[in-house]
Amino acid sequence: MIFPFSNNIKEVKFLQGNQACTEAAIAVGCRFFAGYPITPSTEIAEEMSKKLPKIGGTFIQMEDEISSLAAVIGASICGVKSLTATSGPGFSLKQEHIGYAYLTEIPCVIVNVQRGGPSTGLPTHPAQSDIMQSKWGIHGDYTPIVLCPTSVKEYYDLTIKAFNLSEKFRTPVILLPDEIVAHMREKVEIPKRIKIITRKKNSLPPGNNFRPYAVNSDDGVPAIPDFGEGYRFNITGLIHDETGFPTTSAEITKRLLLRLRKKIESGYGEIRGIEINIPRNSQVAVLSFGASFRSAAKAAKDSNAGTVKLTTIFPFPEKEIRELAHKVKTIIVVEMNLGQIVHEVERAACGSAKVIGINIADGQLISPEIILEKINQCR
Amino acid sequence: MSLDKIKKYLRLDKFPHIWCPGCGNGIVLQSVVNAIDKLNLDQNKVAVVSGIGCSSRSAGYLDFNTLHTTHGRAIAFATGIKLAKPELTVIVLTGDGDCSAIGGNHLIHAARRNIDLTVVVFNNNIYGMTGGQYSPTTYLDDKAATANVGNIENPFDLCELVKGAGATYIARSTTFHATHLPLLVMKGIQNKGFSFIDAVTACPIYYGRMNKLVDAVEMLRLQRDNARNIKQWSTMSDEEKKGKFVIGELFNKPAMEYTERYRQLIMKEKSEEDLKYYRENEESESKSEEE
Repeated sequence: MIFPFSNNIKEVKFLQGNQACTEAAIAVGCRFFAGYPITPSTEIAEEMSKKLPKIGGTFIQMEDEISSLAAVIGASICGVKSLTATSGPGFSLKQEHIGYAYLTEIPCVIVNVQRGGPSTGLPTHPAQSDIMQSKWGIHGDYTPIVLCPTSVKEYYDLTIKAFNLSEKFRTPVILLPDEIVAHMREKVEIPKRIKIITRKKNSLPPGNNFRPYAVNSDDGVPAIPDFGEGYRFNITGLIHDETGFPTTSAEITKRLLLRLRKKIESGYGEIRGIEINIPRNSQVAVLSFGASFRSAAKAAKDSNAGTVKLTTIFPFPEKEIRELAHKVKTIIVVEMNLGQIVHEVERAACGSAKVIGINIADGQLISPEIILEKINQCR
Repeated sequence: MSLDKIKKYLRLDKFPHIWCPGCGNGIVLQSVVNAIDKLNLDQNKVAVVSGIGCSSRSAGYLDFNTLHTTHGRAIAFATGIKLAKPELTVIVLTGDGDCSAIGGNHLIHAARRNIDLTVVVFNNNIYGMTGGQYSPTTYLDDKAATANVGNIENPFDLCELVKGAGATYIARSTTFHATHLPLLVMKGIQNKGFSFIDAVTACPIYYGRMNKLVDAVEMLRLQRDNARNIKQWSTMSDEEKKGKFVIGELFNKPAMEYTERYRQLIMKEKSEEDLKYYRENEESESKSEEE
């Protein structure tokens, strides 16, 4: 058999999902990892502890989940691309610092390998129940970027995308694989060349009037320097002005919160991740993400239904779903939870199509048969 | 503090500060500045990290790389900074509630690692910013906004706590001993490892008022009367030690520091093969805009 090597394949590897994540993270320039052992994300910490020292990077196992993200933010403040990984309970504990990284605009990537919940739940079984927590988990108004892979290769690609978006928009990015994608092993073509984005540098000289949070470009992203470069500025989790110091001014508060939202909304073209595939004459589309998309795709193939795959979950593709709702009669939403994305789809469809959820939370992958049965009922 | 030093190290445009009349925090802040000045450190290479509370507002008044973090987590953020840029001098300014209640876990684990941080605790035995609730260092029977008839919990001796955890430099002084305190902070910064300075300070507005301590001067007088230097302390009986506390350099035993140990690990593990493998990616389409 002649293997179809394209010019951009360095190597073909057989990797576990979590391993692929670490390969991609290092390829895109991640040189710091802080984490705490938790199933089913632990392989990421184990791999990083092996790989990082070999290339001069830093690994530390922190005393808890909270301090892991704190250390990651601290390292990123010094200009080092940084990663943490967790699961279920650990993701709950990390929420405060996700908010901190968002408000202070410190790039970082948080992997949450989804397992069954609530509470300690089903540590070794898959779920897709942290979708809404990734959107609403932190206190205060927040516009998150959340990515979700359906295969090991996609896990690799989305890890690169997560770092690039994080650096570009100076915001925390959440990568949300489920236990299935994290633990299964698949072929991954490791690319030779990848797109690497690194946070922009500030070209203004240091001095008394330096404003780290001043925005001088249309993208709404400030060019905050790294610590130790001679700028000597302040970072705070309080609402701050362009100098980085606390303020309670209504006007500045409003402007800051709207800028944080707008920089992500206006960058949607780059963040977007949706694949729509509707065969001609098909009136049913099955929408899903993560491992359950694999079942959805199988059922759709067997019944000539359409598929919609979300790899970027938030910002939610409102416009695309609204358009889709005009093209098909029914959208079936498949997710391993008791109903989360289905409500977003309903809201976007705005009554133009019937929206039906297949929402099962029992620690098992939803089988193609269940989906096929629903598709046939809708015909 | 001389006017030159004030202009050099303080961000004067951020004044007036938020502290109440009679608060001892300014004296602790001055001690930190004096220590840094004595050591003649490059301001660009000093990072000051703080948590939440009255004490932690001090970072913003100082002209260094300053990071005002979340409640209790300053030491964890500082750990990331020190690991990413070991060449920086990293100083943590925190309070007794911030570092020993909500942040207690990070305190003991940073001490255990012996990472090169200097932690200065503004220890006023109370949560000041939220209005005077009892903290882990509030004395037994003393009153607080949440201990109306007197505190029934035993206080921490923070110096003993971090000693047990593995800190390599530990000292205590008070805001009354305003020339003694900076010397200890200075020696803490000089120690390559985890250094802990317990700076006893007064909160006359809450602690003083609720415990009928008249005023700030009275509270400074109590610091003077109750502090015993380490030499004297070692000769005192348990009976004599009641109501008194020890000041001075309590522990100084340098040991291998964490980032140094990590550097040695890298030297041992470093693989040219791995570096080459990932360097191929770095040479690809890299994009870094300037603004």
